[in-house]
Amino acid sequence: MYAFDFERPTTLADAVAALSKDEAQALGGGQTLIPTLKQRLASPSALVSLTGIADMKGICTSDDGALCIGGGTTHATVAREAADSFPALSDLAGNIGDPAVRNRGTIGGSLANNDPAACYPSAALATAATLVTNSRSIGADDYFQGMFTTALEEGEIVTEVRFPIPEKAAYMKFEQPASRFAMVGVFMAKYTDGVRVAVTGASEEGVFRWTEAETALSANFSGDSLSGVSLSGEGMITDLHGSGDYRAHLVGVMTRRAVAAAR
Amino acid sequence: MSKVAMTVNGKSVSGDAKGNTLLVEFLREDLRLTGTHVGCDTSQCGACVVHVNGKAVKACTMFAAEADGAEVTTIEGMANADGSLNVIQQAFQDHHGLQCGFCTPGMVMSAAALLKENPKPTEAEVRDYLEGNICRCTGYHNIVKAIMAASGQDVGAIAAE
Amino acid sequence: MPKDSGIGAPSKRREDVRFLTGAGNYTDDINVHGQAYVHFLRSDVAHGTINSINTDAAAAMSGVIRIFTGVDFEGVGGLPCGWQVTDRFGEAMQEPGHPVLAQGKVRHVGDPIAAIVADSLEEARNAAEAIELDITELPAVVDMKAALEDGATKVHDDLTSNLCYDWGFVEDNRDAVDDAIKNAAHVTTLELVNQRLVANPMEPRVAVGDYSRANDESTLYTTSQNPHVIRLLMGAFVLGIPEHKLRVVAPDVGGGFGTKIFHYAEEAFCTFAAKACNRPVKWTASRSEAFMSDAHGRDHVTKIELALDVDNNFTALRTETYANMGAYLSTFAPSVPTWLHGTLMAGNYKTPLIYVNVKAVFTNTVPVDAYRGAGRPEATFQLERVVDKAARELGVDPIALRRQNFITEFPYATPVAVEYDTGDYEATMVKLEEIADISGFAARRAESEKHGKLRGFGVNCYIEACGIAPSNLVGQLGARAGLYDAATVRVNATGSISVMVGAHSHGQGHETSFPQVVAEMLGIDEGMIDIVHGDSSKIPFGMGTYGSRSIAVCGSAMVRATEKIIAKAKKIAAHLLEAAEADIELKDGQFSVAGTDKSVAWGDVTLAAYVPHNYPLEDIEPGLEETAFYDPANFTYPAGAYACEVEVDPETGQVTVDRFVAADDFGNIINPMIVSGQVHGGLAQGIGQALLENCAYDENGQLLSASYMDYAMPRADDVPFYEVDHSAQTPCTHNPLGVKGCGEAGAIGSPPTIINAVIDALHSGGYDVTHIDMPASPSRVWAAMNAVK
Repeated sequence: MYAFDFERPTTLADAVAALSKDEAQALGGGQTLIPTLKQRLASPSALVSLTGIADMKGICTSDDGALCIGGGTTHATVAREAADSFPALSDLAGNIGDPAVRNRGTIGGSLANNDPAACYPSAALATAATLVTNSRSIGADDYFQGMFTTALEEGEIVTEVRFPIPEKAAYMKFEQPASRFAMVGVFMAKYTDGVRVAVTGASEEGVFRWTEAETALSANFSGDSLSGVSLSGEGMITDLHGSGDYRAHLVGVMTRRAVAAAR
Repeated sequence: MSKVAMTVNGKSVSGDAKGNTLLVEFLREDLRLTGTHVGCDTSQCGACVVHVNGKAVKACTMFAAEADGAEVTTIEGMANADGSLNVIQQAFQDHHGLQCGFCTPGMVMSAAALLKENPKPTEAEVRDYLEGNICRCTGYHNIVKAIMAASGQDVGAIAAE
Repeated sequence: MPKDSGIGAPSKRREDVRFLTGAGNYTDDINVHGQAYVHFLRSDVAHGTINSINTDAAAAMSGVIRIFTGVDFEGVGGLPCGWQVTDRFGEAMQEPGHPVLAQGKVRHVGDPIAAIVADSLEEARNAAEAIELDITELPAVVDMKAALEDGATKVHDDLTSNLCYDWGFVEDNRDAVDDAIKNAAHVTTLELVNQRLVANPMEPRVAVGDYSRANDESTLYTTSQNPHVIRLLMGAFVLGIPEHKLRVVAPDVGGGFGTKIFHYAEEAFCTFAAKACNRPVKWTASRSEAFMSDAHGRDHVTKIELALDVDNNFTALRTETYANMGAYLSTFAPSVPTWLHGTLMAGNYKTPLIYVNVKAVFTNTVPVDAYRGAGRPEATFQLERVVDKAARELGVDPIALRRQNFITEFPYATPVAVEYDTGDYEATMVKLEEIADISGFAARRAESEKHGKLRGFGVNCYIEACGIAPSNLVGQLGARAGLYDAATVRVNATGSISVMVGAHSHGQGHETSFPQVVAEMLGIDEGMIDIVHGDSSKIPFGMGTYGSRSIAVCGSAMVRATEKIIAKAKKIAAHLLEAAEADIELKDGQFSVAGTDKSVAWGDVTLAAYVPHNYPLEDIEPGLEETAFYDPANFTYPAGAYACEVEVDPETGQVTVDRFVAADDFGNIINPMIVSGQVHGGLAQGIGQALLENCAYDENGQLLSASYMDYAMPRADDVPFYEVDHSAQTPCTHNPLGVKGCGEAGAIGSPPTIINAVIDALHSGGYDVTHIDMPASPSRVWAAMNAVK
């Protein structure tokens, strides 16, 4: 690692101030960022840890029924505390990485990083979640802008994520055998006004909505309705672990399984 | 450099840490608690698992400064007060749950975290919980067996030799 | 009832206590006062000419002590190769130089170019980034067959081509084999890849060099399976340090699996630099660095043809293999695809004619050398896959076909130059059939199909040559070292014993199992005996641990030394008891005079040896310490039969191993608990090879699987509980313990078992897939299914 200053503010205001310095970078749980720093792929002047900000942690239900999760909430906490209110999200959080990673990694960190193989972006996009930052609220459809790219400005912090709770939902992950990240992850969420399907892991453009499947499932919520719908392998990631065609195929399989498993 | 202070295995310790000093470096180099190992640089092998405030974390993927004020437990703090092996450690010896010993500290720390959350895990639950702990020697058979035995289950009935 | 101590007892491991409490002493736990740290600047291109290296700015940076480049090692030897293979035309292999730091050219991603010694690792890394490198990239040689084409870019300019050797075995059989195949009733042909693997012991390599000006002595602490081999190679061939001025210590080592046998550049560098800088110098590999600097394993491309007569008897076998050596010859690399592979091509079968051709090839990749099984997994995979394919083509039961062709009489001289001293392949197969519950398979398959899964059953036999190795034989085959081992049994005055052994324990549990043998022989408590290993200044000149040799070779040396102890102790006892030596019996730690009630205890005899007041000084020397060197008369031949059941998800191609049964014949067994553990670990590595692991390069020689993010290590949820049995035992006929070795069997026998089962599963679903190369990852299985749809 390169040398850097380390700061651990206890209030959001102090964190925002610390991040206004040149080349300062926010540190969530660090489960992706620290390995990156070890490889010397980033050279911040200062790391601003968000783990000391109590206000950014925790889960509650808002007046309009959305599940609100503080940006500094760990995956383990989400897995535990959303189990009754939003089981699909709890399942997703409970299968990110491994137990030790889930005890440190945070939802805000994951969404700010927007790794193309991360799980959370699919949940946020499929539920049309709202990402609340220190300065504004951003709808998920506007937030994700390609792999590792989001609508966040320099120094902007995801303080909370608000998930409208669906009638039924499921997350199906097919793991890349080495990293155990999502080779394909499909989050399917059914609302009274329609179904949204978001896919992570597969596309060179990062998380995306599979609109054909959404249309088919909105018309008829059953696995059979997907029989005529398929995805092209074009634009899907091809690597050591599988071709674009394979990933496209898996998206179909995982979506059907998500429909069958939805609760 | 900044001062960090924490409680490690019940003892108050403090030292100077640079911003980029990892918790595992602080434990190994400053405190000379070399039981916590480093087996990878991508946060996957789990040889470095310790408990921070009662939760299993990878000490190679956390800065020492983030553990300031925390209660840390390492493999060196796991034995019974009289120095004898605790129930998990003893089960690992009884069931040959280790060979080269390098992954073992992380395995024991993860096993302890699992049994705290889930006192009678099934085979599948043990295997799932160990996703972040890689062992190259044992093929996991005797590790899974040892953890189930440590939970008081009769492993003779579960797994053949 | 199992015994509770001595040979055959499942004694709990005494070394566990330190490992379970964080008290192990691994090389990275060693810090020498005043030590500096080295960081290696490694090539990020696969092949290139070094035009210049400017270290001026870097050398002036904070904390930098000295920067070394290839120039600093011009007067120093290169890393030696310990085995010279003779090709099928009688010529020696091509043997390129292997500099400690690159000289003139870089030849693989990870090739060390410069070494920066600094007060801290961070300062060394900072300085590395300030080194100005001017390298002209050359075309990378990656594909083995392309590497042998005329006009191919050469990895080594001073060699005539990229061919290390073209080996034929047995060359005199070549024409007869060709004829037999031409005239066979049936020939089954299979082309396959045994993919490149990375051994990945969980402890990355570490080296700490130290130098004492007081006595001109160098010490290297290193993560090695064989400290004396490192001392020999580094002292004699690289740095020119005589043995008595060089100490090599391998303390607790966190797994080896072959990759810690070899002498590496970093070891020589740290030893050299400690003297040059007058500072201890430490290097700890990161895992990423390990991927590009640890010797890799396997990487064979093979065509195999099996000829059968009308009655399905095997009549001939012919193979053509391309074996990747990587960019340089690692320590034992040339022996792996030849003498550790070709000699095993008979397997468990009485095939009368065999010809093995191996072309070893230089490429711009990390050097390849022995990895758990080393040559034997490659042989077994080819043979057992082609036998399985033949059974399917002929419509016969794969177990029956194997059984029909089993070797049944021993000793058996194979057509590939080795003689199996003993074995009973029927016995392990019967044992397998008992445990595997083959009759219940149909019901289990039906149950899987109910859940939309395809279930397959796979079977496999294997044989391996362990107990490496008879020195005179391997000398004829090109080994540049002896492969005996040594043990010193030092009995202390009070009767406790230290046994100094050449074998090294890095997971095998020698500290527990070796004392079981001595305790059994002397009739004393195991706890009175300690094993000392891993320090060249403490142990006799033994060759270390690899090739499942520790108990068969070093254990035999220990037995011989203990026999000498007993002989001398009996002389002392005879004196004390005033009886004839021939009448003295040793039982349960008591020396007694046959037919009388006169006896003297072990401790009285040992005390007399060191306090020789009443002692036959005119006949024997005081003291009780004996050394024996043991050179095996033959290899040992563990063998067995394995079976597994897999489920394939036809929608995703995902393979799940549901059951795995291993029935092995290891001869006599010292500690059955440890033996089972060795098999478990081997099975997981074999399952890893079959389904998960793949060390892949792109066409530019860039390593695609350079960390655990892309190299899939088997984890707890990738494997089932195994069912292992080693009750079928045909003791080795030529070593005193009747032991054969058990370290590699699991890794040798399991990959073809899994692939055979996957193919069986696919056929049950109507997919006529004849072969899938390893790893049978979900995407590959899915692609194979699509290709035959």
